[in-house]
Amino acid sequence: MKVALVGNPNTGKSTLFNLLTGLNQKIGNFPGITVDKKTGYCKLSNHVTAEIVDLPGTYSLYPKSKDERIVFQVLADKTNPNYPDLIILVADSTNLRRNLLLYSQVADLGLPMLLVLNMSDMAKKAGLKINTDKLAERLGVRVVAISARKGEGLSTLKEAIAQYTPIATQNRTIDVDIFAPEAIKQIRQKLNTDNSYYALQVLHQHEHLDHFSLQEQEEIEHIEQANGFKTHQLQTAETVARYRHLNTILNEVVLDTGAEKKFQITDKLDSILTHKFWGFLIFFAILFFIFNAIFSWSSVPMDMIEGSFAWLTEYGHQHLPPGVLTDLLMDGVVAGLGGIVIFIPQIAILFGLISILEDTGYMARVTFMMDKIMRKFGLSGKSVVPMIGGIACAVPSIMSARNIENWKDRIITIMITPLVSCSARLPVYTLLISLIIPNERIWGIFSLQALALMTMYIISIITAVLAAWVFKFIIKAREKSYFIMELPVYRMPRWKNVFYTMFEKSKTFVFEAGKVIIAISIVLWVMSSYGPSKRYEAIDHKYEALETKLADSTQVASLERDKAAERLENSYAGILGQTIEPVIKPLGYDWKIGIALITSFAAREAFVGTMATIYSVDSADENAAELRLRDKIAAAKNPATGLPTFTFATGLSLMLFYAFAMQCMSTVAVVYRETKSWKWPLIQLTYMTAMAYVAALIAYQLLK
Amino acid sequence: MKLSQLTPGQKGTIVSFTDLEMSVKLMEMGCLPGEEVEVERYAPLGDPMAIRISGYQLCLRKSEAAVIVIQ
Repeated sequence: MKVALVGNPNTGKSTLFNLLTGLNQKIGNFPGITVDKKTGYCKLSNHVTAEIVDLPGTYSLYPKSKDERIVFQVLADKTNPNYPDLIILVADSTNLRRNLLLYSQVADLGLPMLLVLNMSDMAKKAGLKINTDKLAERLGVRVVAISARKGEGLSTLKEAIAQYTPIATQNRTIDVDIFAPEAIKQIRQKLNTDNSYYALQVLHQHEHLDHFSLQEQEEIEHIEQANGFKTHQLQTAETVARYRHLNTILNEVVLDTGAEKKFQITDKLDSILTHKFWGFLIFFAILFFIFNAIFSWSSVPMDMIEGSFAWLTEYGHQHLPPGVLTDLLMDGVVAGLGGIVIFIPQIAILFGLISILEDTGYMARVTFMMDKIMRKFGLSGKSVVPMIGGIACAVPSIMSARNIENWKDRIITIMITPLVSCSARLPVYTLLISLIIPNERIWGIFSLQALALMTMYIISIITAVLAAWVFKFIIKAREKSYFIMELPVYRMPRWKNVFYTMFEKSKTFVFEAGKVIIAISIVLWVMSSYGPSKRYEAIDHKYEALETKLADSTQVASLERDKAAERLENSYAGILGQTIEPVIKPLGYDWKIGIALITSFAAREAFVGTMATIYSVDSADENAAELRLRDKIAAAKNPATGLPTFTFATGLSLMLFYAFAMQCMSTVAVVYRETKSWKWPLIQLTYMTAMAYVAALIAYQLLK
Repeated sequence: MKLSQLTPGQKGTIVSFTDLEMSVKLMEMGCLPGEEVEVERYAPLGDPMAIRISGYQLCLRKSEAAVIVIQ
């Protein structure tokens, strides 16, 4: 049997879903929207298992966003793969009347239903007494009071699901025919249905229902026009009628004994947490904590992951028969896998913290405080978190933009987050800064190099905000943007939920974005390890001949490095780097930098490694290697002119290029995954690369 | 009088709405004619605002509160 969870946002619907299904969940797509479709299985008894789908949270069947539209699309179409046998309407006991508005709409669609009153423990605490028997009697459906947070009432709920009747039992709520008698009659005849409310809903939102044929759509539209159907007026009238009905239903069902002191704690916390001074101070302290956590807590597991993949590669090379297949497996696939797994600690930490902020109710206050500033730049108050997270890594941050409800705000946040200087740019900046900025201090305190690094971070934040402001005018809003939002009361986080979020986000990233990352990393590996066979044979011959003459092992090692450098130069990536030289020459780059640009397309930090290979630097000791690399690059001279290739202008131009260019396939993959289309990642890749090119060009041409 | 003109702590009763489309959303969120509403606080930068309505806290922008006519 199929069960659908329907309810308002913030009712604990997802917590209940997690409780019913455990880790036995599948994440898929609803076509056309960015919210994930979560389905899972719940064992009700030894031989009955229910398939449960979690529908997007909504306050009414009249959708205000694309995501909310899904609810009616699923419930209206018998051929929809998610069309349920039973609807569980999850309501927040502490705010029953508003929650039952959705109930009364859904009930009139005539599907079998069950009403769950969640947060019954909190209602009790707040002094609310709900007579569930009376409510069940008046509504005509089974009512189960639970507390998903505490796990209370779950077995009763499972029993109720198992005992469901395939015939809807609920009483009719309001007389809907009076709203548009003639139009409803015609639609009922047309669609051959006896459900007036379904007919009314079809009149309201048939444009968004894709199970009607073009001809049917035209006919419905015609009925609408002919009867002078006024959508907004009728929705208003219906909502008023439904509330009036609910007042009767709830009369003597809910007894409020403690309304006075209900919000004392939340009010006190709010007066500090949204205070003009303390509010911002606490918020920035929390942001700093998050930022620091992504950076420092993840470093140990990330080092371990890096270490084990390096070990695996080495082990594989030693124990597998040498050849193309082993190379592909180890240097292409395993390296690609390592590049995916490495993100898990950061994703898990960021999402763990964010889900705590969401769960406690603090995130809603962040939006409340930041809305005014962020709105000016086309962002939402919640965009602050992805942007600060972007200083550590854009990948988990872009995933966290999912918390932003408004489509336009979310897309703009996703588009600009990779501009914020992430930790992968750090090795590139340090290398380049050490090359072009003297290691001196001004006024004896400030290190010039540190100041330069800080400037790069500030430039990145300013650019991101400006880019958001530009996108605000370019991207068209798909839906009217509301800020009418519930401010939930503060409560303790649900640790189980935090854990689920961490697990689920990491899993989604590995399986969804991972595919793209593996594919690109294999392509790049092939490009940088293969070249035209004639050239490769020539190199092999040359070094074989040289090596036989040498006996000394250190000389052989240095020869091996020269060989690796020469191979890279002659690989397809190397050839491509040389071909693009005319394009990058105006930026002050030679073909060697060109090769590094291509290989670091996968990940920025590859720039340093590639430069080391090209300049054939011994990499036994990291720190020494970097110093030697710096000296070698600094000493490099242009063979034609005899002047140093690496000047201040070149260095600055490169830094600006890396500040703005995408150069991160994991970000591309994650944007694809989050927006569910190639359109946005491609626009992003293009605009960032173009911006990087122009900035680097201007910098070099002015300074050379 | 509009809801957006109240200062924190002031109360009023909703009379009507000046924007039809927005009124549907506001009513779905519990802002019904006849309902008592209290302004709780304004955000540190003066906008949006938090109100207490039908037993819970709602926040909305001043421009949205301006469509709510109160007494």
